Amino acid sequence: MTAERSLSAVLNVNDEERAVHLKPTDTLLFVLREKLGLSGAKPGCLNGDCGACTVNIDGLAMKSCLMLAVESLNKKITTIEGLKGTPIQQAFVEHFAFQCGYCTPGFIMNCHAMLNTVPDANDDTIAEWLNSNICRCTGYQEIEGAVRSIVKKNQMNRKRP
Amino acid sequence: MLSFDFDYYQPKSIEEAVQLYHALDREEKHPLYYSGGTEIITLGRLDLVYTNAVIDIKAIPECEVLGTQEGYFVTGSGLTLTAIEENNGFPLLSKAASGVADHTARNKITVGGNICGQIFYREAVLPFLLTDSKIVAAGMNGVRTEHIMSLFNKTLRLKKGELLVQLQTEKRYLNVPYRCVKKRPQWDTGYPLVTIAAIKAEEGIRVAFSGVSPFPFRSREMEKALNENGRIKERILASLQHLPKPVLDDVEGSSEYRLFVLKNTLFDILRELEEDHR
Amino acid sequence: MDYIGKSVIRQEAWDKVSGKAKYTADDSSPGILHAKLVVSPYAHARIKSIKTEKASHVFGVRAVLAGERFPLTGEEIRDRPPLATERVRYHGEAVALVVADTPHLAKKAADLIEIEYEPLPVVNNPTEALKKDAPLVHEQLGTYQKEERVYPVPGTNIANQTKIRKGNMEKGWAESEVTVEEYFSFSPSDHAAMETRCSMCEIRSNGDVVITSSSQAPFMIKRLIHEYFEVDIGKVIVETPFVGGGYGGKASIQLELLAYLACKAAGGRKVKLLNSREEDILTSPVHIGLDARVRLGSTEEGEIKAAELLFLFDGGAYSDKAADLSKAAAADCTGPYDIDNVWCNSLCMYTNHPYAAPFRGFSHSELLFAIERTMDSLAEKLGMDRLLLRYKNAIKPGDTTPTQVPLNKSNVGNLPACIRRLKEIIDWDEGVAKDIGNNKIRAKGVSCIWKTSTIESDAGSGVILTFNPDGSINLMSGIIEIGTGTKTVLAQILAERMKMEISQIHVQMEVNTQSTPEHWKTVASRGTFLAGRAVLEAAEDVIRQLKNIASCVLRAKASDLTVAFGKVFLRDDPSIGIDVKDIAYGYTFPNGNAIGGQIIGRGHYNLRHLTHMNKETGAGKPGPEWSVGAQAVEVEFDKRDLTYRIIRAVSVVDIGTVLNEMAAKGQVMGAMSMGLSFGSRETFKFDEFGRVMNSQLRTYRPIRYSEHPDYVVDFVVTPQVDAAYGARGAGEHGILGMPAALGNALSIAAGVKLNELPLTPELIWRVKKKEGFSDAFI
Ligand SMILES: Cc1cc2nc3c(=O)[nH]c(=O)nc-3n(C[C@H](O)[C@H](O)[C@H](O)COP(=O)(O)OP(=O)(O)OC[C@H]3O[C@@H](n4cnc5c(N)ncnc54)[C@H](O)[C@@H]3O)c2cc1C
Ligand code: FES
Ligand code: FES
Repeated sequence: MTAERSLSAVLNVNDEERAVHLKPTDTLLFVLREKLGLSGAKPGCLNGDCGACTVNIDGLAMKSCLMLAVESLNKKITTIEGLKGTPIQQAFVEHFAFQCGYCTPGFIMNCHAMLNTVPDANDDTIAEWLNSNICRCTGYQEIEGAVRSIVKKNQMNRKRP
Repeated sequence: MLSFDFDYYQPKSIEEAVQLYHALDREEKHPLYYSGGTEIITLGRLDLVYTNAVIDIKAIPECEVLGTQEGYFVTGSGLTLTAIEENNGFPLLSKAASGVADHTARNKITVGGNICGQIFYREAVLPFLLTDSKIVAAGMNGVRTEHIMSLFNKTLRLKKGELLVQLQTEKRYLNVPYRCVKKRPQWDTGYPLVTIAAIKAEEGIRVAFSGVSPFPFRSREMEKALNENGRIKERILASLQHLPKPVLDDVEGSSEYRLFVLKNTLFDILRELEEDHR
Repeated sequence: MDYIGKSVIRQEAWDKVSGKAKYTADDSSPGILHAKLVVSPYAHARIKSIKTEKASHVFGVRAVLAGERFPLTGEEIRDRPPLATERVRYHGEAVALVVADTPHLAKKAADLIEIEYEPLPVVNNPTEALKKDAPLVHEQLGTYQKEERVYPVPGTNIANQTKIRKGNMEKGWAESEVTVEEYFSFSPSDHAAMETRCSMCEIRSNGDVVITSSSQAPFMIKRLIHEYFEVDIGKVIVETPFVGGGYGGKASIQLELLAYLACKAAGGRKVKLLNSREEDILTSPVHIGLDARVRLGSTEEGEIKAAELLFLFDGGAYSDKAADLSKAAAADCTGPYDIDNVWCNSLCMYTNHPYAAPFRGFSHSELLFAIERTMDSLAEKLGMDRLLLRYKNAIKPGDTTPTQVPLNKSNVGNLPACIRRLKEIIDWDEGVAKDIGNNKIRAKGVSCIWKTSTIESDAGSGVILTFNPDGSINLMSGIIEIGTGTKTVLAQILAERMKMEISQIHVQMEVNTQSTPEHWKTVASRGTFLAGRAVLEAAEDVIRQLKNIASCVLRAKASDLTVAFGKVFLRDDPSIGIDVKDIAYGYTFPNGNAIGGQIIGRGHYNLRHLTHMNKETGAGKPGPEWSVGAQAVEVEFDKRDLTYRIIRAVSVVDIGTVLNEMAAKGQVMGAMSMGLSFGSRETFKFDEFGRVMNSQLRTYRPIRYSEHPDYVVDFVVTPQVDAAYGARGAGEHGILGMPAALGNALSIAAGVKLNELPLTPELIWRVKKKEGFSDAFI
């Protein structure tokens, strides 16, 4: 049980242990951006509506504006900065799946979690997951193309003996 | 950004949680149980929630139970809606839960928070109302178990400082025919215009609603009217006499339009459930 | 080297997929102070008192601003105080501001500011605003400083009026055998860029005012800070990193002014002002609303003879860019049709609503909704095919626009070709509606589009090129990378002209008004046009310089040399030449003599021959060219519950030469998506007190992934001779006809006239109910 107003803590972010001073009221989004210099997760609403702040917590897609940083102690936090040349990033680039790029880290983190959980996601599953994020620039068709290209690859890989 | 500060507690047992609550309350900390925390964080930002101490219940084992125990399907209040959906031990609950918010948000929103929250749709309560599940609540005087229909009136009437621990649903209800339909003002995302959940129990059809009024409800009078003999249309019209008034009239839709959608949706549900029977 | 038309991947792509791309609010360097606004809960009220003592005493508070009169601001009419003093005129208007060490403390203090209001009657829509007895939003309208060519009417709520008088209306009506008249209405809505607006300001000890802002118009910020607050223009430095979506909403200057005032009050320390989503929706400028009346007259053969239009734009509480928006609508009021007799009054009305910023399409998707819906009514009344009516009247070279500009092959695209292509793609001949059983109907709606950019007649753009020692080039342009990929397209243009590898071109993404040459504003799809020309001129400049140096080294006349593939060589003997990298920084002869130095090229392009519109007739040349297109939307409509899905949306646009195919398609699709979202679900819900009831993305809901239709985008290519490689703008056209085409499709499917937006099932139900649709639910 903890009861301090401000505590020193260690967060596991992108496979690094990061010491940080935080207040119980600080959201994970705030701590990532303002205290750890990880500005890839974006504020878009601070209300759980837009998905721009999405990160992965123990492999689950999570809106970091809906989570207190203290809740992420002892959990594995992955942010967009932790993804290095993954297939989904490559696919976003090739499919022109972004324009202004503001929603992109959130979309990619959500896709990343989905592709790890349901590598061969069907269209309904993709829709259910991706409805968590808003992109105001694209028509979503490009994002659809990017995600489907990876799902297809996954399916082919699985079929191969 | 919150304009107030709070302390964060993470008790490991029910007793500890309840005692903490009362201790903090005496210190005038306005404590709140913290489950998914999504409402505390987002309404707190708008000064619609205020607290100086939150008690995270997710480390309490009883709040994290999911599965059958002695004839009941037990749902821990601290479970996230996606955990419930994936488990799918109570299909109607999975269906109702899957309509709330969006997939990522449901990785955080919990069933207890949805039922106890201020945001008045509380769609996850509908399956429990229909099955008159038991509420397990813990307070200073220990744990009590009550039928939800006796405790839920617009909101769950817990005593101050009481913790919703679990919901217990009789196993016989898990596999009854059901429908749960969420109708939104437009397409696939957003709050409900109306959400209707229904099951076909032995004695007839039961229905519960969210979005029709500023609170979810199950109406026995409406059910009675719906289960009379007669044409579906007439039964529906008769049942509407018992709708809590006034019907919600807000940015999601006018009350008149809500009624239109309500009638259509109810019609489909009844027809399908009654055909199921044949 | 062949880069024109290629889908070159955008230069900043990897930065954007790895979280490295920096946006304004990403700066969290220590010591930044944070500002928080206090906004009005009323749409119209007198401010009786403001008490700030409690807020000032909060730990960590560095400044509180409230009640002080600052210079009035506004781009056309100076009607807007940066912070409201005596009166608030819209829900969400900024009244006070707190600067503190952290966002948390700033919010805490802001909550303690006590403001007493006395509510006043509200003007809740533009039609009400025009009524004789309407409350006045600006009693002092006559006293405001204003630009020369805005025409407010003191004593009324009219902020601007534009008149179009073309031909002879009496004649037009006399020749008309059939007339139709329709009324339209929709409320303001929002841009809802995913990045909320953010501005930072620091005043250095030498007096330099350094502003970083998520803006589409950094050079305008520089000018306005200078004009409003009398700071030397050279001392204002504006930086803009990546911008997370603008769509016009970030072309208005608002937060920058507040950040400057906050910074000044805090002794010049760096202050960050970041909109919450609620503020971004309520406080910052929005997408304009409109009430319109359209009358069209035609012969029985469908030749349109007369058009009479009244536009009442809901400009909101302050005129800012709304005055201009209403003018732009007048200039293109007829839609892309050749009509000889036109009468239009376009009024920008003051109301107690949030005020308007430009929105993608600059009032064209709005006016086209009115025109194109009326075109469908006319076709119905004539019993004529809807596309045929449009085809017959389509604007062509040789016709004139409402502002009487003669059109030729270059300054207008090929609309008939777009219509023909659209007709094929959507299988038009199969019919507009088909019953597919199960209570479902499939219906197609069409819309033609056009647009010119009514931009300042002296708008221009500059480009600087500098060489690196390896022969690669840095490209500096004042265009903001808001997502349109324009900077990549500029690199393509440069690579093509220099015949070099695009990987050897480094585009500076951020803009700094001190070191980046000016680009007017990143709006109106003018980026590629203006900056593209500037790039070509700068390329000529460096080619000339390269040839001059090479001519010394190679002992050949500069005019005998060619630059390509990273070399300068003799045109008739490519074996004699020199690598660009060896002369890009000048050349050193073997004996040590050196000539030249780093090559720096410059280019500039200004629009020419634009003229102001005449006050009484509108005659004038408001924009350089008109691009055109034809669009369609196919819906599946449920006759029973009145819901629908959008199945397919099609655009055929003439954007001239397509410079980057995927990027262009992306622009068009994105704009279509925005248009469908606006058409189908986005609007502010005002209560009777003029308050916006849906100021969150929870309740203000843009379209999401599973709701998108199939998009089909096709191009007709009519190169614009004036433009770099013949490219017209592409950023806006996708949006223009979407609300109209959707409205047309649904009106056909539902069998009623749907003349309001957004086209929700509830709207359809309301209209059908008026026409006797019963609630029968079987
Ligand atoms: C993006 C988004 C979209 C949404 N859309 C919908 C929707 O479509 N339909 C819908 O129904 N709701 C919707 N909501 C509301 C959402 O369901 C509630 O915010 C959520 O249910 C709160 O759950 P939580 O676990 O986060 O609760 P918390 O924030 O933890 O708690 C909410 C309240 O309940 C109390 N509480 C929590 N657990 C207990 C307990 N075990 N015992 C006693 N008191 C308790 C808390 O003290 C607090 O007052 C949406 C929310 C978000 C963020
Ligand atoms: S910022 Fe977290 S969902 Fe929008
Ligand atoms: S790319 Fe701009 S919001 Fe998605």
